[in-house]
Amino acid sequence: MKAMDQASITFTSRSANEGFARACAACFAAQLDPTLDEVADIKTAVSEAVTNAIVHAYPDCLGKITLRLRLFEGGVLEFQVRDSGVGIPDVDQARTPLFTTGGEERSGMGFTIMESFMDGLKVRSQPGKGTVVTMRKRIARRAGVSK
Amino acid sequence: MPITVTSRDSELTIALSGEIDHHAARELMAQLDQTVAERLPAHLVLDLSGVTFMDSSGIAVLLRARRQLGHNGGVLRVANIPAQARRVLDAAGIGRLISLE
Ligand SMILES: Nc1ncnc2c1ncn2[C@@H]1O[C@H](COP(=O)(O)OP(=O)(O)OP(=O)(O)O)[C@@H](O)[C@H]1O
Ligand SMILES: [Mg+2]
Repeated sequence: MKAMDQASITFTSRSANEGFARACAACFAAQLDPTLDEVADIKTAVSEAVTNAIVHAYPDCLGKITLRLRLFEGGVLEFQVRDSGVGIPDVDQARTPLFTTGGEERSGMGFTIMESFMDGLKVRSQPGKGTVVTMRKRIARRAGVSK
Repeated sequence: MPITVTSRDSELTIALSGEIDHHAARELMAQLDQTVAERLPAHLVLDLSGVTFMDSSGIAVLLRARRQLGHNGGVLRVANIPAQARRVLDAAGIGRLISLE
């Protein structure tokens, strides 16, 4: 499937960029005139994926994170968060609710939240190479709005 | 993140505001730890009415407050939860651990 629109930003894995990434995702989605709830879902899921890259992928250094935003026919948005960090040895285990390697400051619910707020979640990872999290959300057509 | 602390009888209310993400959470946890350690409330209410965004980092903040409070037999309630934070808490099933109103 060919994307109708695409944007991509690369930023340093600093926690201050969590808000920046959320705002970028929300702005990109704005062209579909989403509801407030849909925008909130997008911001939350993107925040989870970007926070994971900041916290887990680059535990003791700063690295690069790329957020790629794509729009497909039928009001489908794709949000992809890519890092070149430590990777995930067992993705199925990582996606299990409550599983965390982050100790007290984490709750192990990030992937669960991404899954429940988006229409699709794909995680590809290679230990030592990095992780790519791809999420899709369909924005419902609203009466009187052409997309 | 500025917090506002008010108390009535045995109940301490802490109002949180702004965006609770990983960036904000560390300082917020330290502020809550300190307030709980100083006041040792029997009942703590975390008022989320001013929270404009929250992700799983906020869940860890709430669970930590509950744990800190539990050490002295205190009880935590979370009140005035905005819609976005409510959806996050519901997706994570936090209502089974903390009283949400
Ligand atoms: N980008 C990543 N790079 C390396 N490891 C990751 C990455 N994303 C997730 N993980 C691993 O997957 C686990 C589960 O992630 P998830 O987001 O579900 O929970 P968490 O980040 O530990 O806690 P929470 O998101 O609730 O704060 C993490 O603890 C970590 O071990
Ligand atoms: Mg996470």
